[in-house]
Amino acid sequence: MEQHRETFEKRGVRIVAVSVDPPEVTLKHTRKQGFSFTFLCDPKGEVIRRYDLMHEGAGRGSADISRPAEFLIDPRGNVRWVNLTDDYRVRLHPEEALKVLDTLGVG
Amino acid sequence: MERKWNSSIVFGFLVTIAAFISTYTTFANFALTSDFSWLNLSMFAVGLSLLGAGLKRTFRQPDRVRGKIRGIVASTLGLIAFIGFLGLHFHVSAQLPASDGAPRVWTKAPDFTLSDQNGKPVTLYEILKSPSEGFAADRGTYVLLVFYRGYW
Repeated sequence: MEQHRETFEKRGVRIVAVSVDPPEVTLKHTRKQGFSFTFLCDPKGEVIRRYDLMHEGAGRGSADISRPAEFLIDPRGNVRWVNLTDDYRVRLHPEEALKVLDTLGVG
Repeated sequence: MERKWNSSIVFGFLVTIAAFISTYTTFANFALTSDFSWLNLSMFAVGLSLLGAGLKRTFRQPDRVRGKIRGIVASTLGLIAFIGFLGLHFHVSAQLPASDGAPRVWTKAPDFTLSDQNGKPVTLYEILKSPSEGFAADRGTYVLLVFYRGYW
């Protein structure tokens, strides 16, 4: 994702990540991975629940964590594309997301 | 003649059990974020090959190598551990919640404010309203919202 961040931004798309990790864990992780996109922290899972993505008991020590999912949201707040994987190991490839932007005529 | 211990069965069994135990410990800690636990899979491959080789030796040279029954028991346990490992992966991956209530295409994305990695509050609709590199200033920004399992 990081390598494609600029490509997305040139097309008017910001990548915003969300997980249940608190800021300390996320900061450590984003530094280690060299992620410069916005990485939001939802330790109580409020937003993850509102988006109905909570995978209960799937984390370490049976913690509730988010299932992987991607949403493309337009400037008016409309969801334009949703990707809910059937298998948590299969994650979105940036190339796939760029193809979606082509299809929707974004950027 | 003194019959030798069948070392490949012993090592094979130990490697297989180590692969199984480490699947649980690393799975609980890290593997939820990784695509597949190749390390554990390789450990199983090594362990099961050793068990297979050991078993073959036991049956080909029963006068020189001991541990026929032990070999069968160790190999069976090794196989059970391997099946358990595969089951764990496929069972958990098949257990994703239905997410029927997730926002659908052409519905409004629920707004929210969360802290970013630096503790700064970020509001979704403020990002959407903000000018972006790719559009004229009044047109706002698209957001690709990516939910991660996280690193717990």
